Amino acid sequence: MAAYLLRRFASMLLVLFCVVSITFFLMRFAPGGPFDREREISPQAKQALLTKYHYNGTLWQQYTGYLGRLLHGDLGPSTRYRSRSVNELLAQTLPVTALLGTAAFCIATAGGVALGSWAAVRRGTSTDTGAMLASLLAISTPTFVTGPLLVLVFALKLGWFPVGGLAGLSALVLPALTLAGPYVAYIARLTRTSMLEVLSQDFIRTARAKGVPPWRIISKHAGRVALLPVVSFLGPLAANLLTGSIVVETVFNIPGAGGFFVNSIQNRDGFLLSGVTIVYCALLVGLNLFVDLAYTWMDRRIQLHE
Amino acid sequence: MNNVVTPLQRLLRNRPARICLVVLAIVTLAAIFGPWLMPKSAAELSAAQFQPPSWPHPFGTDIHGQDVLYRVLSGARVSLAVGISGALISFFIGTAYGLVAGYAGGRTDGIMMRAVEILYSVPRLIILLIAINAFDSRMKAWLAASDAPGLVGYSRIIILILSLGLIEWLTMARIVRGQVLALKSQQFVAAARSLGQSHWKILWRHLLPNLVGVVVIYLTLTVPAVILDESFLSFLGLGIQAPQTSWGSLLADGAQAINPVRSNWWLLVCPATAMSATLLALNFLGDALRDALDPRQNRAGLG
Repeated sequence: MAAYLLRRFASMLLVLFCVVSITFFLMRFAPGGPFDREREISPQAKQALLTKYHYNGTLWQQYTGYLGRLLHGDLGPSTRYRSRSVNELLAQTLPVTALLGTAAFCIATAGGVALGSWAAVRRGTSTDTGAMLASLLAISTPTFVTGPLLVLVFALKLGWFPVGGLAGLSALVLPALTLAGPYVAYIARLTRTSMLEVLSQDFIRTARAKGVPPWRIISKHAGRVALLPVVSFLGPLAANLLTGSIVVETVFNIPGAGGFFVNSIQNRDGFLLSGVTIVYCALLVGLNLFVDLAYTWMDRRIQLHE
Repeated sequence: MNNVVTPLQRLLRNRPARICLVVLAIVTLAAIFGPWLMPKSAAELSAAQFQPPSWPHPFGTDIHGQDVLYRVLSGARVSLAVGISGALISFFIGTAYGLVAGYAGGRTDGIMMRAVEILYSVPRLIILLIAINAFDSRMKAWLAASDAPGLVGYSRIIILILSLGLIEWLTMARIVRGQVLALKSQQFVAAARSLGQSHWKILWRHLLPNLVGVVVIYLTLTVPAVILDESFLSFLGLGIQAPQTSWGSLLADGAQAINPVRSNWWLLVCPATAMSATLLALNFLGDALRDALDPRQNRAGLG
């Protein structure tokens, strides 16, 4: 187990290193620098500016310098928000993204499993067909369409929730639902398929013959086995939610890290962009490891060492 | 080759699947011929801004007084083209990768599949955004200097197709590899090998034809995935740009149209309906194909 963890940790570091390097060089490859919009300044002042923001020296020196600072946990300065460091900016906005992501994660898993199990139990009825059709529709509609539509109905027409921003928990409802929507659908489909497979097995028939009530069969007997595919989807789910939150934060004007990501591309704000990307990737590979461990814990029969 | 005909018949016996085929046929025909058949005035700008849907403008008009139906149809051309070509690129990469990994087996397979797993855990759309930003203007300059400067206007579309194809192949690779592993142990492959056929010939003549079903299923499911990705990129300002339109860029405009001051809902709802219906039909058809070509039955038939 220790060897396995060590190997996973090494591959996590490798992934992060690759992502850092790719982001760094892609950003420098793009034409135009962060100081292009400055007014005409003297060469000395320009040199001072470049030095201050670590844009001096050869590209290789800049790269190794950046990696060195990264190892000390310093994500560098923001070239756009001049008085603040990337660490500060992220410390301020990441909790918001995390809150939105966690809420959507819970809605997606709980809602998806419930909907999928319900459809599986009612297999072949109109409930089943309706739930699966709705799921496909949710998968086929981008979140930046469902978001404004929800706003139109529940915020502008009915006035139940605020239109945007993040003042209080009620403002979180529509964004979290929007973000979770496609994944509720995806998990519901996964759950239904594997639940149907499990429900046709012998041990379920035995349980039914013993007179175990249906909800108990689902929650106790079938659930454990049927949820394994769902658990293995949780890693990719986290990835998709992180990417999706960039869009949803833009739709609802939520001051999270995603908005910075989009802006930093347009502003050529290299360190901020790399910072957001690194943090997102680190979160992801960490979550993936966690999910794999949870998977093993749930299904002891799977041997990781092999 | 009897088992190629039967799944098709099984698919056509499925009524929702037939409806999906009809929907897709209508959308495709409308995308191809619609913009030509509509009156010339539909393509032009007019003073009739923000008209709600009416008989002369079934989908209403936009900020420039342009007919939204016309824009939805010309957007369909771009979206479908991007979706299909992106899916084809991912199909070539994924199939080749999966074939090699599954056929080589052992260590090569282990390393190749580990790489796929790692790529799964990277937020690909984020890297893609950075890459598009980095390569876009270089691509424009390169096209302008090349033999076909007429393509400059399409450089964004070309970049989108290439990059979306490059990120959507992972699932295809996994599925193909799984199938190859299952097929490899079959007797007809062992027989071919003992006859001294080359690896290339075994891959091309014996394995690939048996993969057609699976590949078609995932091709059907990749097209909507690519169209959806493109729409996200357009929303974030890195997708299709004016003067070209795609469903994604129309929806991006439509999303801005919903605000507390004035909600011109048709700018969002009409393109959204067109796109969702198409993607829904494609996704459903993919599922129905999977049911029709149930791999378990296939495997039994081969054994």
